[in-house]
Amino acid sequence: MQAGTAHSPALASLSRVTHRYGTVLALDDLDLAVRRGEVLGVLGPNGAGKTTAISLLLGSLQVQEGAASVFGFAPGAPEVRVRRGAMLQISGISANLTVREHIELFRAYYPAPIPAARLLAMAGLEDLARRRYGKLSGGQKQRVMFALALAGDPELLFLDEPTTGLDIDARHRLWSEIRALRESGRTTVLTTHNLDEADALADRVVVIHNGRRIAEGTPAEIKSRTAGRLVRCVTRIAPDEVASLPGVVEARARGQHLEALTTQPEALVRVLLARDEALADLTVVAAGLEEAFLALTRDGEEDAA
Amino acid sequence: MQARDTHRMTPARRFRIYLLEARFQFVEVLREPMFAIPTLAFPLIFYLFFGVIMGARGVSLAVPTYVLATYGVFGVLGPALFGFGAGLANERDTGVLLLKQTTPMPAGAYLFAKVMAALIFGAVVVAALFLMAAHAAGVALYRWQWFALAAVLLAGVIPFCALGLAIGAWARGRSAVAVVNLVFLPMAMLSGLWLPIYMFPDVMQDIALALPAYHHAQLALRVIAMDAGQPVPMHLAVLAGETLVFLAVAALGFRRADSFSMRRSR
Repeated sequence: MQAGTAHSPALASLSRVTHRYGTVLALDDLDLAVRRGEVLGVLGPNGAGKTTAISLLLGSLQVQEGAASVFGFAPGAPEVRVRRGAMLQISGISANLTVREHIELFRAYYPAPIPAARLLAMAGLEDLARRRYGKLSGGQKQRVMFALALAGDPELLFLDEPTTGLDIDARHRLWSEIRALRESGRTTVLTTHNLDEADALADRVVVIHNGRRIAEGTPAEIKSRTAGRLVRCVTRIAPDEVASLPGVVEARARGQHLEALTTQPEALVRVLLARDEALADLTVVAAGLEEAFLALTRDGEEDAA
Repeated sequence: MQARDTHRMTPARRFRIYLLEARFQFVEVLREPMFAIPTLAFPLIFYLFFGVIMGARGVSLAVPTYVLATYGVFGVLGPALFGFGAGLANERDTGVLLLKQTTPMPAGAYLFAKVMAALIFGAVVVAALFLMAAHAAGVALYRWQWFALAAVLLAGVIPFCALGLAIGAWARGRSAVAVVNLVFLPMAMLSGLWLPIYMFPDVMQDIALALPAYHHAQLALRVIAMDAGQPVPMHLAVLAGETLVFLAVAALGFRRADSFSMRRSR
């Protein structure tokens, strides 16, 4: 269909990219491929390297090691710019211009922009067109940034943490707008540190931690590895034995404690208590995303060790 | 989605981007009272006081005529430093510039818009000063002098925007306004924009020789035959040389910023 896609199935890709800020390693031999028509979730805690990866694909950072390509071109090429839109983590655009003025300006950058009225409707901004950007709420501002990202009718859209700082209503509203895009055949790359957001929007998720890809799969697959409880106790039962129990994602010894990540905490606790009457210091905590990342990260570190 | 062999920008589209970018830059600054009041109102209030009111008590038209030229320089200097310098620093800080750089917007359109906005604001101040001078202060110039003075004053946009660019490329966000003030007010004073330079001690007159606003003011004063008598080519050479230095300093600042920008944002 397009020039670059004949050579590779990926619409955009990073291959074996390593990136440093001074001595700080931001990306460590990262591979990332964006497939046509998908919503790719790039998930990771703050500082994982998500924004660096996006910046390389936007051409706002120069590749140091490895290769980056979008539509078969360099990420900053004019051929790419007209077909790509981006919503970045920026603290704002001019407060003194109205929503309509911002949209008019960005539309002018592109050869075949979406009509202003339709853009306003797509972002739910019809009633706010005349309002100055500085007078908008946080959610409304994000919707303006969303409209600007769409202004050029892009085939490929980058949304870098689009709902950070939004309340639940504003977040869900933006989610439904992003979902609507998928129906229009666009390809979207979405970074987030919120597993629910990736789950709600993405077809495929890549988990990044410390600049490395530590997991990849459908949101359901990622969730099954992360949506669980962390059961912690002092016991003589061996981690291997625990790991073979139903629902246990992983189990390991940590100091004198056993830690098990499980999707069925009640069943696990019942079995543990039955098998070890001397079991002590039992805690069960929700394995939130941080724990989930920790669990995934430990996998990574073990593989590396 | 339609075929996009349209990435090559037609002259018409490029022209439209330049125009819109300039228009919205102007509107944006116009709606910013923090900018509009000090840069537009100060030169006019100064002129009203020193040119019109004080001038009316004087024996000659020398003072209203002299300060017409120097407040004109002041009026062109302000928008270039605040709109360009502080504006650019702010837009780099908020990330607007980063966002625009991912779009097909030509970088030239952004700079053009900033220069045009500075030029238009400078023109507004100069026009208002001329009206006050001619109708309230009684300043009488030959017609060619009015035109030549306006042209010389507005040409100051070039070195002053280059200076603004250099400041904007190095200073960060809010501190840029402070830096601009540190450059703007002392330079205006030391260049003899408020009081004639010959009233200063020799040391300060020597310092003035290094300042672009001094040379620009001397060229403006030359039009009304009130300059210090130094050769015009010297003023032009200093202004041209300093403009190049400012541009080089700005380029260095942008290069440095490129390698550090992401560390800042996360």
